Amino acid sequence: MLNKLYNWVDERLDITPMWRDIADHEVPEHVNPAHHFSAFVYCFGGLTFFITVIQILSGMFLTMYYVPDIINAYQSVYYLQNEVTFGVIVRGMHHWGASLVIVMMFLHTLRVFFTGSYKKPRELNWVVGVLIFFVMLGLGFTGYLLPWDMKAYFATVVGLQIAEAAPIIGPFAKTLLAGGEIIGAQTLTRFFAIHVFFLPGALLGLLGAHFVMIRKQGISGPL
Amino acid sequence: MSEKDHKVSRRQFLNYSLTGVGGFMAAGITLPLVRFALDPALKVGEDTEMVAVAQVNELTNEPKRFDFKVNQVDAWYESEVSRSAWIYEEEGEIIALSPVCTHLGCTVDWDTSDDQPNRFFCPCHYGAFEKDGTNVDRTPPTQPLFLYDHEVRNGTVYLGRPRPQV
Repeated sequence: MLNKLYNWVDERLDITPMWRDIADHEVPEHVNPAHHFSAFVYCFGGLTFFITVIQILSGMFLTMYYVPDIINAYQSVYYLQNEVTFGVIVRGMHHWGASLVIVMMFLHTLRVFFTGSYKKPRELNWVVGVLIFFVMLGLGFTGYLLPWDMKAYFATVVGLQIAEAAPIIGPFAKTLLAGGEIIGAQTLTRFFAIHVFFLPGALLGLLGAHFVMIRKQGISGPL
Repeated sequence: MSEKDHKVSRRQFLNYSLTGVGGFMAAGITLPLVRFALDPALKVGEDTEMVAVAQVNELTNEPKRFDFKVNQVDAWYESEVSRSAWIYEEEGEIIALSPVCTHLGCTVDWDTSDDQPNRFFCPCHYGAFEKDGTNVDRTPPTQPLFLYDHEVRNGTVYLGRPRPQV
């Protein structure tokens, strides 16, 4: 049945070569944990992506209940966590995944660093990776405010003070991020927009570039 | 023993196990998300409490409109919303009809159309209902007006939830 469907599409669009390009590639012995168990360190990039996918999925579902508004934000989070079936699990996925994605990304960075994989010709991919790192931190920072509880609020107060401490552009950056003098209604909607539209958009573009480059250049050789 | 003696080849076995494990993981992620999204559709409606709406001695044989407020809990938002009922008394029995047209949910009024005298009439698509709520043939509604659950305590009429008559 599935085979028939696949053949039907393949006959018309010739998707097999595309599929080959994306998924069918050699896994060198030195990155295969079945050969050398220590090669599991090469899994961290994939794990980061796996958790990113979970973050995107759970985040999409959370927005079905969440409202980015200072009156209702906390109430809606409370409702989706305590009244909606599996709400604890879905919010739990997003909450724990947020930390885990940073951990995985950090381990992936360490592996790339210690295997020297950032060296020529892969410097550009390192640069894109660092940009992804910043985008992820931005996602963490903006997402932290959204529950609009005491912890969220004061974490953002502190975060924005740090931004303000930057020389010359500090006060401007703070006002721009907070959407005004007050950390309140406009800050929350702004952070929500950045968290669910701007940064994920940037992230998908950067991830695309990251993956295209790794396919083009291949995995770096053994130590 | 050669490969041919096995019902399941090595490759098949690997395929099955990997698909199984992968499917299990995918299900572990997908199921909570789907159940989470389906929750509103699977929630069981709570019983509404009965609200005092009218005095029995106010009622006549003619349907009369009574407005009342009910507490509504809409997820994290609680509010008082206005409801109406058309109530009349006939042969000692109290009839309380919902004003929501059963065609597409507009609001009916009593005896407002010259073409439909002494009937409930809906201005949106000219739906009409008899006094007891029965939908009039050859007008759009396909079922009678909903009937409120009601009870009388100490001369006061209390209304609950509107229910379909059929």
